[in-house]
Amino acid sequence: MIFKRPFFWIVIGVSALLALLPLWGNDATLRETLILSAVAVILATNLNLMIGYTGYVNFGNVIFFGLGGYIGLYLTTVRGWHLITAALAAGLAVSLFTLLFGLAILSLRGAYFALATIGILEAVRAFVSNFAPWGKAAGLYVSFAVYQPLGGPMRAVWLAYFLVIAVFCLSLLLSLAIKNSKFGLALFAIREDEDAAVTLGVNARFYKARIFSLSAFLPAVAGALIYFKSGMIDPGEAFELTVSIEVIVMMMLGGQGSIMGAALGAALYEQLRGYLLTSPSLSHFQLVIAGGLLLVIVQFAPGGLIGWLYRLVPGARRLFE
Amino acid sequence: MSGIFASLLDGLLVGCVYGLAAIGLNLIWGVMGVINLTHGAMIALGMFGLYLLFSSLAVNAYILLLPILAAGFAAGIVVYWMAVYRVVGRPALMSLLSTFAVNMMIIGIGTTLWSTSPYNVNFNLPGISLGPYTFTGNHIAAAIAAVILAGALHLFLYYTRFGRAIRAVADNRDAAELMGISSTRVLMVTFGVGIALAVASGGLIATLFPFTILSGGVYQLRSFVVTVLAGLGRPVGALFAGILLGLLEGAVTPFIAISWIPLIEFGLFVVVLVLFPRGLFGRNA
Amino acid sequence: MRRVFTLFVFALFCWTAARAQQTVTIGFTVSNTGSLNVDSLEQYRGFELWRDQVNAAGGIKAGGKSYQIKFVTYDDESQPQRVQQLYTRMILQDKAQFLFSPYSSGLTATAAIVTEQNGKIMITTGAAEDKTYKLGNQYLFQMFTPASDYLTSALDLLKAKDASTQVAFVCADDSFSSAVAAAGKAYAQKIGLKVVFDEAYSPDTTDFGPIIDKVVASKATAFVGGGHYADGATLARQLYSRKAKLEFLSLLVAPGSPKFTELGNAAFGVTVPSQWEVQSAYKPQFGPTGAEFAKAYQAKYNSPPSYESAGGYAAGLILQHAIEQAGAIDTAKVASALNSTNATTFFGLTKFATGAKEHGLQMGHNMVLAQWQEDKSGKLDKEVVWPAQAQSAQIVFPIWQGPAKTIAQAKQAK
Repeated sequence: MIFKRPFFWIVIGVSALLALLPLWGNDATLRETLILSAVAVILATNLNLMIGYTGYVNFGNVIFFGLGGYIGLYLTTVRGWHLITAALAAGLAVSLFTLLFGLAILSLRGAYFALATIGILEAVRAFVSNFAPWGKAAGLYVSFAVYQPLGGPMRAVWLAYFLVIAVFCLSLLLSLAIKNSKFGLALFAIREDEDAAVTLGVNARFYKARIFSLSAFLPAVAGALIYFKSGMIDPGEAFELTVSIEVIVMMMLGGQGSIMGAALGAALYEQLRGYLLTSPSLSHFQLVIAGGLLLVIVQFAPGGLIGWLYRLVPGARRLFE
Repeated sequence: MSGIFASLLDGLLVGCVYGLAAIGLNLIWGVMGVINLTHGAMIALGMFGLYLLFSSLAVNAYILLLPILAAGFAAGIVVYWMAVYRVVGRPALMSLLSTFAVNMMIIGIGTTLWSTSPYNVNFNLPGISLGPYTFTGNHIAAAIAAVILAGALHLFLYYTRFGRAIRAVADNRDAAELMGISSTRVLMVTFGVGIALAVASGGLIATLFPFTILSGGVYQLRSFVVTVLAGLGRPVGALFAGILLGLLEGAVTPFIAISWIPLIEFGLFVVVLVLFPRGLFGRNA
Repeated sequence: MRRVFTLFVFALFCWTAARAQQTVTIGFTVSNTGSLNVDSLEQYRGFELWRDQVNAAGGIKAGGKSYQIKFVTYDDESQPQRVQQLYTRMILQDKAQFLFSPYSSGLTATAAIVTEQNGKIMITTGAAEDKTYKLGNQYLFQMFTPASDYLTSALDLLKAKDASTQVAFVCADDSFSSAVAAAGKAYAQKIGLKVVFDEAYSPDTTDFGPIIDKVVASKATAFVGGGHYADGATLARQLYSRKAKLEFLSLLVAPGSPKFTELGNAAFGVTVPSQWEVQSAYKPQFGPTGAEFAKAYQAKYNSPPSYESAGGYAAGLILQHAIEQAGAIDTAKVASALNSTNATTFFGLTKFATGAKEHGLQMGHNMVLAQWQEDKSGKLDKEVVWPAQAQSAQIVFPIWQGPAKTIAQAKQAK
């Protein structure tokens, strides 16, 4: 079982550390930095399930996060639900939505599938911009009263943080569990040669649909938590194609297919971005640097950072996967 | 009721420009299987190119399209060697990301140079008025220029030797090589032409609306829709698909709130992708 | 021995002087890039001018100490996420004691969440939308007249000039503009004006052709709406090039900026509901008069101030006044002083709502209506046309004088 793998314990350890470190020093700044990195890792590792394991490029992955945010914020602010129930409901709803759309578009291959995901992303964005109960283009804003049942705004923000770390832990463990299961094997077979896999009896349609909707669940929960914390959401920001692509970039930087790769790439990219955000001269260069990095990796090192690391230290692969 | 005719005519004019904007994407995709994600950034560069030339030279904006076409072609060759050459045969994700990386760099540099405040090309041709509706001269001229450029591409592809070479490589790269065609050169030139057309369409769009370095993104998305409608194989078909899209917009606009149009466009996009993978005008994809 | 003693006294003096010379840190973001950058820069200049003038005069004097004002600012790129991250950073890392808002209602609403979560005072300017103040806040204070009041004077004037006019409301789909349009439409219907068209467009629209066609088809003669600078300016330009034949045109925000003159002929006759114009002759209880402010601004930035700049400067003045009244920079004391503020500056009367349901909403400030007209030398100039007390010129109405005539030509013909 996965308990036997060292990576399982590494993940538990790191998650505990992330939860306790800012709490010890009551360090809100550290919490803010870590929460962003945790979200990036959540998005990248779940996307890895689709791209790295199954070979289907989902350009619309930000939909999971954005829709999760909308549903979560709507349920907590307008309907008065508790944060945890709202987040779980958001996860389930988005998974279901993804399953339905997946059944329609998963018959497409390669670039056509990727384009279809872009089409759905833009269509969802256009729809939400016109959807009155969700505030149309202006979006939804949290009412400050929502913090009361959770013990006030400060405690609510800490609660959101711990929940995000929990989702972070679950994302990594989910990736690990799938990798070491029959489900995972089927996905890898689909990635390598879908037609051959089907000929050999792999029910590709079923597996693809399952992984697609599964890859939506945790990002949606994270979306509900994060947007609750930031207190507002609007369609332009929630369904931004650039964010979707940045998640793909993070995954590629770290190394697609590898859990550690996705996590590492995400964490590093987010740190780089955070640094460039406040550096007055370099804030536009974030794009140039990221673009340059991506170009080099795609052309010369498609295995990403982790591919390079594993070649350097072969034993590391056994530890981290 | 006259409202709908004005709307359709507006749609037709704008549709020609949509079509031209998409031809470059369609050409590159059809010939080498690469979805060029620098397309939007190139359109934006075309806009800025026209702006810069126009501010320093104050010549008729449409004449300036010629140097812009040439510059676009050169830029295309550069991007080909930088990002596309090595990833042509590889899985789709590689070329998508490779071209996207170049896109990010262009946007980053563009934002640094020009920030994201809107720019304008203050060149106005007198319009034509039909009743209470006026169609600006710029719109009419842009549509005409788009059709001319599309026509030029058609002539190039079907009536010149090099054009035939391009079609051969698009059909079957290995067979073309066996026939003695240098496929690398062909791909390089094709990419250059595709970018040149994107850049030119950017120049035309600059005469119509204000723009920023980010404006290309919207046209790139539209180009996807148009390309999918047109299908691969006949790039000039993208012009007609663009006109169709423009007419569709024009037909729908008077009846529903404008904010619903993108939903209709993208919904149509997904439906066509799933149900008509060869598009409405294309040959075998 | 005496030398040591003198040195000691000198050191003591320096130490007390240094202790008396404190700083108060104010944080805010500026949209240096992005669609809001024109307006945001004007607001920033207002803040900056205030800071420089006050610091030159010795700083804010409260409770026996004098505080030099220090700004900590970042570029928010007109994006809500960045605003959140940056305000969090300014409060937690840069230790800002007070915050000013970014420019625009949307970004301000985002920042408000962070400032309220952290219990810090934020003076908002360049942000008119009402909703932010109705969510149960404690430390928000709004300088601008709220969105619900924006179009009241413009519509009253329109009714007075032509009660049979047909009005089209076309606004950007962001929280501020749609709030203004919704309130405007309700008011128009209340006073008996006929509304023939009402639609919203996405804020990044650049092609207004389809909308203008629809407006023409609806036979509207008055056009009210817009959003911020970029779309407002484009709308004005395209309405002109498509000869929309309107008798009245009122756009939000955009015509308030001196940059609007770039539109040339397209700017003639365009009116704007304004939070402040140079001609508004309020008698200030403290701070400079409108004319003094405009003169200092022009001298420093080589451009006349817009109402965003005035709002920025006034926000500083009001905060300063509250700190002085409170005698400290403690949040609770200053908040209490702000809650009891009822003062007139060059910007107008400032008084905040104090009830829990709408804390911080601006109650005392009034809008004026300004219009771009031509002065005797043919240059474009903004005049205040309403209300009568602040009026500096008669409104030019109707704008469209007949085929192929601009206002200039029509005036010549008269």
